[in-house]
Amino acid sequence: MTPKIVCRNVYKCFGPNSAEAIRMARDGQSQSEILKQTKSVLALNDISLEIGAGETFVIMGLSGSGKSTLIRHFNRLVDPTTGQVIVDDTDITTMDRKELRTFRRHKISMVFQNFGLLPHRTVLKNVGYGLLMQGRTRKEQDEAAAHWISRVGLSGYEHHYPAQLSGGMKQRVGLARALASDSEILLMDEAFSALDPLIRTEMQEQLIELQAQLNKTIVFITHDPDEAMLLGNHIAILRDGTVQQIGTPNDILENSVNDYVRKFVQNVNLNRLREARPASIPA
Amino acid sequence: MFPDVLDERSVRMYVDNAADWMVIHWGASLEAAFQPLLHLLIAIEGFLLWMPWYVIIFLIAGLAFLATRNWKLPIGVSILMFMIGAAGYWEESNQTIALMLASTITALVVGVPVGVAMALSRPVRSIMRPLLDVMQTLPPFVYLIPGVMLLGPGKVPALLATVIYAVPPVIRLTDVGIRNVDSDVVEAVSAYGASGWQKLWHAQLPLALPTIMAGINQTMMMALSMVVIASMIGAGGLGYQVLQGIGRLEVSRGLFAGLAIVALAIIFDRIAQSYGRRLQSQLHMDEG
Ligand SMILES: Nc1ncnc2c1ncn2[C@@H]1O[C@H](COP(=O)(O)OP(=O)(O)OP(=O)(O)O)[C@@H](O)[C@H]1O
Ligand SMILES: [Mg+2]
Repeated sequence: MTPKIVCRNVYKCFGPNSAEAIRMARDGQSQSEILKQTKSVLALNDISLEIGAGETFVIMGLSGSGKSTLIRHFNRLVDPTTGQVIVDDTDITTMDRKELRTFRRHKISMVFQNFGLLPHRTVLKNVGYGLLMQGRTRKEQDEAAAHWISRVGLSGYEHHYPAQLSGGMKQRVGLARALASDSEILLMDEAFSALDPLIRTEMQEQLIELQAQLNKTIVFITHDPDEAMLLGNHIAILRDGTVQQIGTPNDILENSVNDYVRKFVQNVNLNRLREARPASIPA
Repeated sequence: MFPDVLDERSVRMYVDNAADWMVIHWGASLEAAFQPLLHLLIAIEGFLLWMPWYVIIFLIAGLAFLATRNWKLPIGVSILMFMIGAAGYWEESNQTIALMLASTITALVVGVPVGVAMALSRPVRSIMRPLLDVMQTLPPFVYLIPGVMLLGPGKVPALLATVIYAVPPVIRLTDVGIRNVDSDVVEAVSAYGASGWQKLWHAQLPLALPTIMAGINQTMMMALSMVVIASMIGAGGLGYQVLQGIGRLEVSRGLFAGLAIVALAIIFDRIAQSYGRRLQSQLHMDEG
């Protein structure tokens, strides 16, 4: 598998004294110790990973472990303090503003936990937003938007406004917007967390179905081990800004490297998983 | 007695001389620079006075109807306007409305960009914040000084004083409105490759619009409250009638003109408020 996204020794520090914080981290000091001494949060601590083209890569970890910070490095909503983020053999940390805009418009799109929809634009215009940014004609925007709205099951809601939709429907709009811009990479930060279990299951199945046809590179953050096992080709488990383990769902289940990882997967519902992905999980 | 630590007379002389120098050397070009303001004011005033009175009442009632889609406000507004006319202050009221509109428009043109700059730039904010604080505590009379000093009494300095007095709310609320825009929306727009301007046009300004509208409303009210003071240097209109009422001890003249100002304040406040509410629901920002 060719890598689509590569992180090399990424550190991210929020706060006044990042140089000192990173030096302490390299000496093996803990995140809380670093915070106490430097008043800086070391959100990511020496992250290196590879995400293959066409796979679904899941990031898991407790609240505050750095998942959102990490995924925001892939489209540079967050800049690393040090380290490289390479997408398709290009180090995106060296891009200037214009290159970055082009990259965001064409290569990568994102689904947000809090939807991030424009409240004063209709569903149709929200879904077409990525295409608007790409400079497509209005006709192309509206046609593609209408197509993706129907694909996520929202036909008939084109001219509604976000405030008139339920949480699950808003999230479908967010997903349709990301898919409509036809980018190769899809970032999903707890995209399904705000949904109730029934709709969530439905959305998971929809994503699997879409992915089977579209073959995008998806980075997916979740708190839910079942969701991670169901969707992920690989799973990375984060703790206090460090990677604990990266592996296939099977690896993570069978060969957990430590108790932290084991705690994450001990409650996985194996029955549902076997039903959905019989090949990947041993009996 | 306070000891004579400073020869204040010579200091004041320097200041006065500097002012004279500015008037002599820059007076003409300053006047030319503010010419567009005068044109704006005269155009609005000319329009209002050219129109027959019933058309003006109809227009204002129409505005009220557009803002509320309901007959209550238009009827109330029409009655108030009719009473102003019946009290014999039609012409003066229209002069006052013209001054208020011209200064509100000018305050908007200046204030919204400044507010945006404040919201987006920390250095600008740290300069503007204390400046606005001072502006809002200065007694309004002080604003007459620069205009009169440079341009002499007249409509333009009156307008300038009104604008300076009335501009802080629209600046402040633009700043607050933009900084309180849901950061998730702004982040989403950036993630799809929006430039700084696109972020502003697509997300920040429209989402801040209801707050900015509240600022415009306050600015309008402050402009109205300045008309009496501004009439001391040539604004004319209702304020001048109040002033004359005081000067000649004609209670009725001052009182009725004062009531007419209150009536105008009620009319425009109600219209602007309903328009703000309407905007909010039109933008579908009642919730998420
Ligand atoms: N902009 C910021 N400024 C300062 N600190 C930040 C910022 N963003 C994140 N952090 C800190 O970085 C750490 C990691 O945050 P992050 O949002 O990445 O966690 P997360 O794993 O996504 O958590 P959650 O599951 O709650 O979303 C936290 O300690 C957080 O306080
Ligand atoms: Mg998060």
